[in-house]
Amino acid sequence: MTRPTVDIRPTTQPPLPPSRPLTHFFTRPQVIALAAVLLVNWILFPGFFTITWQDGRFFGSLIDVLNRGAPVAILAIGMTMVIATKGVDLSVGAVMAISGAVAAVMVSSGYPAWIAVLAALGTGLICGLWNGILVTVLEIQPIIATLVLMVAGRGLAQLVTEGYIVTFSDPVLIFIGTGSFLGFPMPVVIAAVMMIAATLIVRRTALGLLIEAVGVNRSAARFAGLSAGALLLIVYTFAGLCAAISGLIVAGDIRGADANNAGLWLELDAILAVVIGGTSLMGGRFSIPMAVLGAMIIQAMNTGILISGFSPQFNLVVKSAVIIVILVMQSPLSAQLFRRRTPPGASK
Amino acid sequence: MNRSLRPLLATALIFLFAYLLAVLQHPNMLSTRVLGNFLTDNAFLGIAAVGMTFVILSGGIDLSVGAVIGFTTVLVAVLIMWLNLHPILAFAIALIVATAFGAIMGAAIHYLRVPSFIVTLAGMFLARGGASVLSPDSIGIEHPFFTAVQKSYILLPGGGRLTVVGIIMLVVFAVAILLAHRTRFGSNVYALGGSETSAALMGVPVARTTISIYALSGFLAGLAGVVFSLYTSAGYSLNALGVELDAIAAVVIGGTLLTGGYGFVAGTFIGVMLQGLVQTYIVFDGTLSSWWTKIVVGVLLFMFIVLQRLVFRAGPRRT
Repeated sequence: MTRPTVDIRPTTQPPLPPSRPLTHFFTRPQVIALAAVLLVNWILFPGFFTITWQDGRFFGSLIDVLNRGAPVAILAIGMTMVIATKGVDLSVGAVMAISGAVAAVMVSSGYPAWIAVLAALGTGLICGLWNGILVTVLEIQPIIATLVLMVAGRGLAQLVTEGYIVTFSDPVLIFIGTGSFLGFPMPVVIAAVMMIAATLIVRRTALGLLIEAVGVNRSAARFAGLSAGALLLIVYTFAGLCAAISGLIVAGDIRGADANNAGLWLELDAILAVVIGGTSLMGGRFSIPMAVLGAMIIQAMNTGILISGFSPQFNLVVKSAVIIVILVMQSPLSAQLFRRRTPPGASK
Repeated sequence: MNRSLRPLLATALIFLFAYLLAVLQHPNMLSTRVLGNFLTDNAFLGIAAVGMTFVILSGGIDLSVGAVIGFTTVLVAVLIMWLNLHPILAFAIALIVATAFGAIMGAAIHYLRVPSFIVTLAGMFLARGGASVLSPDSIGIEHPFFTAVQKSYILLPGGGRLTVVGIIMLVVFAVAILLAHRTRFGSNVYALGGSETSAALMGVPVARTTISIYALSGFLAGLAGVVFSLYTSAGYSLNALGVELDAIAAVVIGGTLLTGGYGFVAGTFIGVMLQGLVQTYIVFDGTLSSWWTKIVVGVLLFMFIVLQRLVFRAGPRRT
């Protein structure tokens, strides 16, 4: 007699205790995965870890991985918070294109760089706020709410650039994309600062706890007296801001705004980075540094595939394989299989 | 009049109104030629959107359809041009591969209990990657069968041409309407979309239905790929980029509820036609760039989502 089974086990695990010994960090699957990818890269390309100092900045493949991974890492910081509230933001790639376009058009029509940067960041905030309003006020599911901007966003970016690739030679914007600070590329510095700031804000205040509460059960959080709506607005707006910063970096890097290709498919990379980082898609448990590490794993794989001489298209196949492995590992089914294999009593 | 048909009616009225406005500005748009081209140009989107309708009705989402279309065009091109298979055999193989691909994704969604969008995201990467591994370059297809199919059409009164791909789309819609509203499978899909738990308790075979839904979506994406290769005579791994978004937009504009459990396949047809109308209008106008299509589709998507919220929020209070 088979009976339909209904899974009532909690889908999220309780958050890990705040302080852990350092050895735990090195046994995290993400850290091991990054080490493995880097090791493979090193075997394929023995000069991988060589870092040289030239013209007042570091050079080397490792620095390149950090630099190329920075835009996705910044997106992943915002995306982690969104996914922790049981949402998702599909529009970040399009928002990158819009903010890059705004900055490029403003500097090329004569505004000073700082106004252009502020305008680009403001555009990101507005886009994020728009998503937030759709999710909270109109109560649309996040996938669909952000899909609107994902579809229309690139059109809006084209509207801003009037269909052209707007190039610029403004030193400030170019510095954001290609400059260096203390020897490190500017994108890496920005990503690191944002990661540390975001982590401190969420973990040293109650904000992280509140986000997790909303992610686990929005109604329960509201009954507990949280203004879930305001929190969601903040989270989506922050994701928009992160996307705008990424957009500025990408535009500064190519010295122009390409409304069609800037940030194309990066929303998917950002989601993948967050998932690799162990943040549950069911909301709740989240970790910003691990998501950034996830972005670095993705970039290290990209670089590895490129230097090993495969065509860049293999990236997609490898990425899908990674998603499948993670899904199988995280699924309740494999947990069941694993539990069955453990001899009874061993768990005590 | 049945209350549940109201959103469908609203969509149809908006389409007619928009078409009327377009005709008032460009009288030439009112011809069977334009209507015939609507069907031909949007055939692949329409077929893919039918699969998407079933997926969304069941409460899921399938992000892989565009990639599967691209993969199918490459596979068909490779089978015909490199292995010298007859196109019909190549189509059959491609459809089997696409169906199996969808079924595997459905099985992963059900047995691994992960959200459909992440599984189909992996499927999207895999299909695009697989296509570009098969051939990174565009492969032109030259075969007498292709030329024959492309040249055959039914002449409509007024000089319009109902092409083979247009007919395929109409047949797919007709079969899908029957499948959704007149079969046990269709009822199971609606039940799953309403609530998976209650569906399981009512005895709906959840595993079989979920796998069938995604297999159907895979099959229709494969068929859309076949149609796309007939339409463009080429296989390219970047074909149909972003079609999954257009398909989702068509389904939503057609009045299907994104949370699942409510909607009509016929609505999706109007959704596809409305997108076709926007594109055709922009072509007729001549001064607007093609990126206006994206903005207008985005605005329509937004309007219909808000409309859904209003209709379904007000609904229970009135009764």
